[in-house]
Amino acid sequence: MSDQDIASAVGEELYRIAPDIDLEDIVRDADLQEEFDIDSMDFLNLVTALGKRFQIDMPEADYDEMRSFDALVEYISDKTA
Amino acid sequence: MEYTRIEKGDGTGQVFNLADYDLTRATFSWAEAHKAIDGLPDRKLNIAHEAIDRHVAAGHGSQIALRWVAKSGARTDFTYQNLQDRTNRFANVLRSRGINRGDKVYSLLGRVPELYIAALGTLKAGAVFCPLFSAFGPEPIHSRMEIGGANAVITSSRLYKRKLKGLRDRLPELREVFLIDADEEGTTQLNSLMDAAPNTFVTEPMDPEDTALLHFTSGTTGKPKGVVHVHEAVVAHHTTGRFALDLRPGDVYWCTADPGWVTGTSYGIIAPLTNRVTMIVDEAEFDVNRWYDMLEREAVNVWYTAPTAIRMLMKAGKEAAQSREFKALRFMASVGEPLNPEAVVWGNETFGMPFHDNWWQTETGGIMIANYASMDVKPGSMGKPMPGIEAGIVELTEDGAKELTEPLAKGELALRPGWPSMMRGYLHEQARYEKCFSNGWYLSGDLAMRDSDGYFWFVGRGNDLIKSAGHLIGPFEVESALMEHDAVAEVGVIGVPDETAGEMVKAYVALKPGHTPSDDLMLDLMGHARKRLGPAVAPKEIVFRENLPKTRSGKIMRRLLKARELGLPEGDISTLESDEK
Repeated sequence: MSDQDIASAVGEELYRIAPDIDLEDIVRDADLQEEFDIDSMDFLNLVTALGKRFQIDMPEADYDEMRSFDALVEYISDKTA
Repeated sequence: MEYTRIEKGDGTGQVFNLADYDLTRATFSWAEAHKAIDGLPDRKLNIAHEAIDRHVAAGHGSQIALRWVAKSGARTDFTYQNLQDRTNRFANVLRSRGINRGDKVYSLLGRVPELYIAALGTLKAGAVFCPLFSAFGPEPIHSRMEIGGANAVITSSRLYKRKLKGLRDRLPELREVFLIDADEEGTTQLNSLMDAAPNTFVTEPMDPEDTALLHFTSGTTGKPKGVVHVHEAVVAHHTTGRFALDLRPGDVYWCTADPGWVTGTSYGIIAPLTNRVTMIVDEAEFDVNRWYDMLEREAVNVWYTAPTAIRMLMKAGKEAAQSREFKALRFMASVGEPLNPEAVVWGNETFGMPFHDNWWQTETGGIMIANYASMDVKPGSMGKPMPGIEAGIVELTEDGAKELTEPLAKGELALRPGWPSMMRGYLHEQARYEKCFSNGWYLSGDLAMRDSDGYFWFVGRGNDLIKSAGHLIGPFEVESALMEHDAVAEVGVIGVPDETAGEMVKAYVALKPGHTPSDDLMLDLMGHARKRLGPAVAPKEIVFRENLPKTRSGKIMRRLLKARELGLPEGDISTLESDEK
């Protein structure tokens, strides 16, 4: 799967959690929670949804590798490679 | 199931601030406790003087008061001397901009040093400080600023643009918007003013009963309530910090709560500083590794956190903690919602000490019932009343509150008013305030029981308020925001159980004719609610119904929605007029 496909899938899952935020308006390498105005619970739900969608394990210990939109895409890209 | 009592032994070789609960309780008086603060001449006082100036005067200016850890991990230290310097400057800035004694200064900031400086500088200037949670959306921010009559606010350009700018013409009393980082039209850049301001300031001598802090809390109906606290409250902050958290001068202490909520102010700013500890402030949100790093690297002695975070740590597994050494850790406490007994026991197995749960509310201003370092812990119990606090279980009869003294009798948890940090009122809402009292008891709204050893146990909430991740959320505020949406005919909002957050906000929506339920509409409603309320208050789940259960007077029966959600008995439904479909 290309990074672009992953990015659009992450965008879709984010839209289900924070439909008020447009992917176009955010800074992709900045703090994800701040950019999307999501709290820790939202983040947990996002990671759960992505783990399910990509059939990968996304443990808490790895959360600091998922702190921006770009980092999250890269993390999934590495895991699915 | 029954959990084994966690015994503390006879205390040999250990010294606690509260060494013997029964003895201290028997001999304690608030008048005596008052002597632990310095006060100002002529029976005046000021919280900020107790928190900072007196320590500097006593020669502790070079001790670190606040160690700030930025999201990047970079640390910045502020000594008591630095804090005195900065808060003096901030008080001078307020004065120079015409903000005076009694004016209301709000903050809308993440956990950055400016927030702590603004809080204490505001108090020095004799103004009233009101912290807002930065994850609030524009509507909760507007209602809280309008009710409190905010005169000034300190915020960042990012939060200003996203949440505050659009509200300004609806906030006529707001004279000054200070930005900590940039310049925007109609705002004042704080940094240049701080640099230019003198670093000396004569702290305002306040009357013990002068208002110091305004904290908002949610109600089941109507707007949020502005809870008024006075400068005298510092006596309770200081004492409870000593007894319930075992804070000692020189300790490294980490309170994970955000000052946007009362815990983050009473025990995230005031009590630690009056007790002259070094506070750790982490700008970032919860993260397992980061938190364990923080406890280990900063050599935290006392840690005050919340059930949601503890449950997330439990989920990550014991191993994550056991690869580390928390040699400095001496005491752990929890607040926000009742801590489940499994978590207390997990703490004991993982850290070699239990989490000490305690109970209090925005209205009580400080810890009321607690598990103490020297006292055995019964996992799942909130502990025993603080010295100086009389707690009881009452039932409401036609003649008002009547105490139930039978062990394990369930009733409303009530307190005898009179401690220093008790609220002095709900701002502009005398009737709502008076409704909290009956026959000399303050009624907490929580249901509880007391066992034969005097330990208190939480039973449930006596109202519709939702506790999510330790934050109290009023269903009415959420319902009102959803009602603004064109498609919505009626809404009922309840809290549903959530493994991690305790409860999660769920909305039941019935649509107006001409609208049909769909995934797109659900997301549209979700976006609408988030935009207005922010992530801390907006529902995490929205479901559609054709009709919601209502009483004859048209009131939506949240209680019934909840009973059905949980599969519980529906109870008395004699007032039900129109049922759920």
